[in-house]
Amino acid sequence: MDAVVFRKVRAIDPACGLDALVDVVVEGGRITRLGPEAAKGVEGERVWEVGREGAWLLPGLVDLHAHLREPGQEYKEDIASGLAAAAAGGFTDVCAMPNTSPVNDSPAVTELMLERARTVGGPRLHPLSAITVGQRGDALCDLRAQRDAGVIAMSDDGRCVTRSDVMMSALVAARDLDIPLVQHAEDHALTAGAVMHEGAVSARLGLRGWPRVAEDVIVARDLILASYTRSRYHLAHVSTRGAVELVREAKSRGLPVTCEVTPHHLLLTDAALLGYDPLCRVNPPLREDDDVAALRAGLADGTIDCIATDHAPHSASDKGYRSEATRASKEALLAAAPGMVGLELCLPLLLELAATGALPIARVIAALTSGPAGVVGMEGRGLYEGARADLVVLDADARRTVDRGALRSKSNNTPFEGREIRGRVIVTMVGGRVVFDESARAEKNR
Amino acid sequence: MSQSSFPHRHLLGIEPLSKGDIVTILDLADTFATISEKPIKRVPTLRGKTVINFFMEASTRTRTSFEIAGKRLSADVISLSASGSSVAKGETLMDTAKNLDAMRPDVIVVRHSSAGSPHWLAKNLSCSIVNAGDGAHEHPTQALLDCATIRREKGRIEGLTVAILGDITHSRVARSNIHALGKLGAKVRVAGPRTLLPEGIDRLGCEAFDRVEPAIEGADVVMVLRLQSERQARGLIPNTREYARYFGLNARRLAAAKPDAIVMHPGPMNRGVEIAPDVADGERSVILDQVTYGVAVRMAVLYLVSGAPEPDGG
Repeated sequence: MDAVVFRKVRAIDPACGLDALVDVVVEGGRITRLGPEAAKGVEGERVWEVGREGAWLLPGLVDLHAHLREPGQEYKEDIASGLAAAAAGGFTDVCAMPNTSPVNDSPAVTELMLERARTVGGPRLHPLSAITVGQRGDALCDLRAQRDAGVIAMSDDGRCVTRSDVMMSALVAARDLDIPLVQHAEDHALTAGAVMHEGAVSARLGLRGWPRVAEDVIVARDLILASYTRSRYHLAHVSTRGAVELVREAKSRGLPVTCEVTPHHLLLTDAALLGYDPLCRVNPPLREDDDVAALRAGLADGTIDCIATDHAPHSASDKGYRSEATRASKEALLAAAPGMVGLELCLPLLLELAATGALPIARVIAALTSGPAGVVGMEGRGLYEGARADLVVLDADARRTVDRGALRSKSNNTPFEGREIRGRVIVTMVGGRVVFDESARAEKNR
Repeated sequence: MSQSSFPHRHLLGIEPLSKGDIVTILDLADTFATISEKPIKRVPTLRGKTVINFFMEASTRTRTSFEIAGKRLSADVISLSASGSSVAKGETLMDTAKNLDAMRPDVIVVRHSSAGSPHWLAKNLSCSIVNAGDGAHEHPTQALLDCATIRREKGRIEGLTVAILGDITHSRVARSNIHALGKLGAKVRVAGPRTLLPEGIDRLGCEAFDRVEPAIEGADVVMVLRLQSERQARGLIPNTREYARYFGLNARRLAAAKPDAIVMHPGPMNRGVEIAPDVADGERSVILDQVTYGVAVRMAVLYLVSGAPEPDGG
């Protein structure tokens, strides 16, 4: 194959101010020509024509927050299945959270994950290092060695760094290594035993609530510390109006602060828990209409930089009830593991949301491409001549409903079954290499 | 009083019931109450039916009450608890329950510390499910027996003022009673320390107070909830002595209620904490009548969900 040609596609890259019907030519892993009629004369047996006229061409999507479960919990997901799901969802770059077993707190784990991903040959995998050994919140990992092994950021993920002294040291390390510190903002003392958002719905259901302030109080403290150390601070899965406002204020002071929001926090509220559906249990929890409005406004005005999936595959038994009458926490609820899968549904859920007018489409696309790429400093990607050919082509008008059974992930824990979604990925390309081809021509043409 | 007027296969909570459903249960309970007063306390109504009491949390009253209720209707009743079952060996609730279901019981009565677990079982099993208390969510038969007791003592429920005092946040009894009494037309007030009043409880249709005195003022019924000592460990109340002094029901506070007000408690009581012993044992107390009525209400519930033919004895 000498060249891949996309003719008369709608190329959209808000970071370059591009939204136009153009031809795009990919050669040698890069975009070599881009413009009206740019593919004129490029034809022949060694040229592969992709997509129909009018299909959308976007920069490959970047997910800053996925749980691929390998090593340790391969029955839920592994790097091969997770990256296959990512490719089908239009992602070319996936950041893998460190809460594996063992925890990714050493270069050995980072190297193992990178090696697996190389073998798979799908989208790029970018491991995050834990911040503290075993995510235990005290001694810092060997972050310098982790950076040299290839981690792109650090996070203790589901465990918030609550000790202020540890947080201070971690922020200093983040500044020295020039990588972002990703915080899961939750004051665990305020959320012990909580299974959902604290509010009228939790009062009705008799479930212990996770109050908004448990997120806000950590964000406020962290912003004060990060402002002192001048470190890159990234807030994972923001869920409250209060936290959005704190980030907006910090950004207005020029702090290097970024944040992400998940599709489910943009789409669902705590009312989804009314039937006690364990698939709606997620951390942080689904909040209220007012928070959803604040998250959408924050995404629209740029306070929120990116959309991240928090792809959290769990098997059906992890999502079921356990008979934990003997557990100390008597309200273990739903002893269901929190989280939902997201890689394959993220883009179509958001395209549908944008189509309803709830969000500007350009912001949605930026928040899935240049936004997250900027947070972790990925360069050389976008839709311009000379850029790496990390691309996704989609039929943006295709309507369908979510079918859990059709997901490529090993797990199918999603509450969106049956929901109307929009857009179908036709081809995902990483550095000119096809990693997903809807028509399954990838094998033939590779 | 036929089952056709009760359109539910399960009793998961009071919230999904209509006023008519509740009245059906209470009326049938009045009929069944007479059985317990006879020398031979058994009728053949549920002969051939199997009821499993599946209690994953400690219980004396409710479990015994369901067991006696089933036996007085001639059902075969089996009782299981967490410690004596394979749950203690680490089996999941769903697996244990599916095994029980495979033995084809007609009804599983379930108590579990997780709110919503009966709903989950009802979705996944083929038999009828009766919720005997799920976490802090609902305890429907307790509310039904409370309503039966009030109706018998007061002759009606509509228009009464009922004060529920104590730990509302963690109380399934409070939630079920707020729904049941509200549907039957009573005015419900809840009162307790701010730390034990959940945000948004008033949206269930009750009035919330952070002091007990205004809730008791002019009430026809004063219902006291158990205070669990665990609340002190979690810092929600300073200590039980202070709780007793500011929130406990004593004779002085009760004097603000109507002169003929009745006092209720779902048990087990902490005498001297949420309720003074002289009030618990006083002439306004109907606490033991609640327990007696519990059997009749549970007979009615087992009958209605089990799909038995018309009761053939009164």
